[in-house]
Amino acid sequence: MTDTKSEHAMTNLARPDQVAMIENLKLQVSSHLGSRVVDVDTFRGEVCFTVNVDDIPSILLMLREDSGGAFTQLTELTAVDYPSRAKRFDLIYQLLSVTYNRRIRLKAAIGDGDVASSVSHIFTTAVWSEREVWDMFGIFFSGHNDLRRLLTDYGFEGHPLRKDFPLTGTVETRYDDQEKRVVYEPVTLTQEFRDYDYMSPWEGVQTAMRQDDPSPQGESE
Amino acid sequence: MGLITSPTGQPIPPGADQDMILTAVSDELANRGFVIAQADKLFNWARSGSLWPMTFGLACCAVEMMHSAASRYDMDRFGMLFRPSPRQSDVMIVAGTLTNKMAPALRKVYDQMAEPRWVLSMGSCANGGGYYHYSYAVVRGCDRIVPVDVYVPGCPPTAEALIYGLLQLQKKIRRTTTIAR
Repeated sequence: MTDTKSEHAMTNLARPDQVAMIENLKLQVSSHLGSRVVDVDTFRGEVCFTVNVDDIPSILLMLREDSGGAFTQLTELTAVDYPSRAKRFDLIYQLLSVTYNRRIRLKAAIGDGDVASSVSHIFTTAVWSEREVWDMFGIFFSGHNDLRRLLTDYGFEGHPLRKDFPLTGTVETRYDDQEKRVVYEPVTLTQEFRDYDYMSPWEGVQTAMRQDDPSPQGESE
Repeated sequence: MGLITSPTGQPIPPGADQDMILTAVSDELANRGFVIAQADKLFNWARSGSLWPMTFGLACCAVEMMHSAASRYDMDRFGMLFRPSPRQSDVMIVAGTLTNKMAPALRKVYDQMAEPRWVLSMGSCANGGGYYHYSYAVVRGCDRIVPVDVYVPGCPPTAEALIYGLLQLQKKIRRTTTIAR
């Protein structure tokens, strides 16, 4: 457990009753979850439990039904991509207890191609959230009745929020006057994307900045 | 609305000159019961005086489009009434980010509009992709999908800018000397 870290974070909080509340919540949820908690972290009053991805449905059900907090709302279900990790994605579930005005976060690492269990039978809101995560990250949810893409175009290929997805994608649209319909073509850009990274040694503005800045070069990636 | 034009095409401001023309027209009506005008001028007068835009709000530009129709700027002064159907409208205001997913729908709606029809592209996103130019999901300008008559720059353009663009479109229509059949 990360007690020193969490204590340090909690000293930043002004109100002692909040500290007590968070500590109480941590104890409460940890006793419910038992050994299934991999890690508990508190940062600025936000409690985050790291768990195994296979435990997620049972934990969510328990938090909704049995916990004193009565976490009846799944406010957010999303994912984060860390391409350098072996299990590259983090699935993130944020829960809200309206009764006690408390929030907690669950995190679970999952690899590319691994299958997560759907929680749409526990929280109906997860139907769309899981479709969005499938659309944006390509994480498959088993037990989901209607796992289509949610936001991107019909027939879209790829998962845009993966870090290795190209910014401009692969296709663009144009109305074809001969075919009388909107056609898809490979992307052709008249000018490449410029990200104006002034800290990069490859951009011209850096030479002007380097004279004023005594810090050594190569700090940026 | 300012459609009494001199031979040079400039609107005649209220005053003695305008009164003279109005008196001449009413005298003509009183004497003979009709007035004579050129057909294309008459058509252009009718078309530019009742431009009915179609509500095609896609993003935040749509809010400015609503402002231009609301009481402060009041597009109705120029005979412009928003219509909910493409079949009843003359001009399509593409107000906002046009995505790839929306593009076929936009073209379908444009095809449903009756001739003569015009398109006004409102805001950076509709003009050329704007902020989302390099996005994987956005059409880099709605002129890739439909022919555009007037581009209104801005992000979003003010309601005044949109009205100015629509007045430019009126000018463009009045300049037309052909009658499409």
